[in-house]
Amino acid sequence: MMLTDLTIAEAQAGLRARDFSAEELTLAHLNAIEALNPRLNAYLSVGHAQAMEQARAADAALAQGDTRPLLGIPLGIKDLFCTMGVRTTAGSKILRPFIPPYESTVTANLLRDGAVFLGKTNMDEFAMGSSNMTSHYGPVENPWKRRQDEDAVLVPGGSSGGSAAVVAARLAMGATGTDTGGSIRQPASFCGLVGVKPTYGRCSRWGVVAFASSLDHPGPFARTVRDSAILLASMSGHDPKDSTSADVPIPDFEAACDRGVKGLRIGVPREYHSDGMPEEISALWRQGVTWLRQAGAEIVDISLPHTKYGLGTYYIVAPAEASSNLARYDGVRFGTREDGEDLRDLYERTRADGFGPEVRRRIMIGTYVLSAGYYDAYYLRAQKVRALIMRDFNKAFQTVDALLTPTAPSAAFAQGEKMDDPVKMYLNDVFTVPANLAGVPAASVPAGLDANGLPLGLQVITRAFDEETLFAVSAALERAAGFTALPTLRAGV
Amino acid sequence: MALDPTTVRRIAALARIHVEDAEAETLVGELNAIFGWIEQLNEVNIDGVDPLTSGAHMALKMREDVVNDGGYPERILFNAPDRAGDFFAVPKVVE
Repeated sequence: MMLTDLTIAEAQAGLRARDFSAEELTLAHLNAIEALNPRLNAYLSVGHAQAMEQARAADAALAQGDTRPLLGIPLGIKDLFCTMGVRTTAGSKILRPFIPPYESTVTANLLRDGAVFLGKTNMDEFAMGSSNMTSHYGPVENPWKRRQDEDAVLVPGGSSGGSAAVVAARLAMGATGTDTGGSIRQPASFCGLVGVKPTYGRCSRWGVVAFASSLDHPGPFARTVRDSAILLASMSGHDPKDSTSADVPIPDFEAACDRGVKGLRIGVPREYHSDGMPEEISALWRQGVTWLRQAGAEIVDISLPHTKYGLGTYYIVAPAEASSNLARYDGVRFGTREDGEDLRDLYERTRADGFGPEVRRRIMIGTYVLSAGYYDAYYLRAQKVRALIMRDFNKAFQTVDALLTPTAPSAAFAQGEKMDDPVKMYLNDVFTVPANLAGVPAASVPAGLDANGLPLGLQVITRAFDEETLFAVSAALERAAGFTALPTLRAGV
Repeated sequence: MALDPTTVRRIAALARIHVEDAEAETLVGELNAIFGWIEQLNEVNIDGVDPLTSGAHMALKMREDVVNDGGYPERILFNAPDRAGDFFAVPKVVE
């Protein structure tokens, strides 16, 4: 058994029993990164010296009997989280020189609990993308390969593509991500991982580079449901620096993994049957329903009538918020600068040069839908449809405890596919976007393989602040699925 | 309604993004495709529905309106592309 193959829960036990040291565990990961990252391009930067220092501190603490939950656990951090003194780019050229003078609350919470940070992970620029292809620093290779076509380079999904790839390839035991329309769950599905988007407000957004503030959710990637529960517990908590962070107790997420689903009512929303969804995804979904029924849950056919309008609503609301949030990149206070004839020209050239095409496109969509004469027709209408989507969930959760759906309409696709038409790429998020609009927690759990041997995820959605049921149902699916397949590219292979 | 190159250039100016003429033409096609797809929202009956700005399931917290942070210009200016003393520097705005 290689150290890089351990789960976080197993590593916790091994470190406490002194079976191996935190230094050995971190070094094993750093060596694996050195071997594989030049190919995967999943880490944008690796903090070798800092990670080893944190590991040695963890060993010293472990020797004193310290039991902090993440002591000595090596993690990858999405490059959207500001890390003090460590370059944070958001996958954009415009932030290439940016070194935050502060630490995001979520990463500070992980450090408080003893975590070791291996490096910052690649991502779609400003988290805008579903393939990691919009990163200014190049695409990420998915460690999984098609059985019949090992040469095809697949995308890891996005926007948190680097985080998903490093956890799948055993270049980290877990990682942080952010999910604005599916950016944790879709890459988790593409890379055979567990990915959790908690309730809006569960994790502070302070120090996370903003994309769409009412939709952005920090959350964890891990290889097991239990590991994701351990990470989320550490990342969560009220933060006075984020007024939308919820002042509510953090339940024992890990204990919830053992609850089972006996007596729970699971809703199967009929609107998630989309035309053109591959039959193997429909079949896996039916299989998931059967697993939960066999585990003692009651299955209920349910309707979320406004599901099909989720994406359209999202592509008004998210760009509108992004156009405001990204107004701060003006070449004056931080980031790159392009000189111009006057101040306005400096702004316009800095932003044209610093933002990639997808980001420029979304800023312009947002600017348009908020502009005089179009606000009511687009933005206000979208906010009202958002209210109806929220109402659908509220109504559903009066009769069921959780919803089960597919995570994404396809398995991982090849680099370069779906690039000719922006709308085609946007459709990746059709099943994940509604939970962002409503702020309810959702997770993707690896449930099976397609005919090419690529992983497919199932999505669980529960009531706001009921992550315990989310973990209970996710863990039940995990036990039933018995997903043990491994990616082709991974540490030690 | 379909966007034309003039409108696209106006949006770009509002967004403070420099757009070359050739790029404006490409953007017209892309943005029209996206807005054409978004048109589906017009099917939804939104009569009497209040707009929702956020999925937050709680009331926002208030805090005392007091200064509780600051006093470190070096940290604030650390990432500035150009500075003059304790100020951000930009090209001359007034002749």
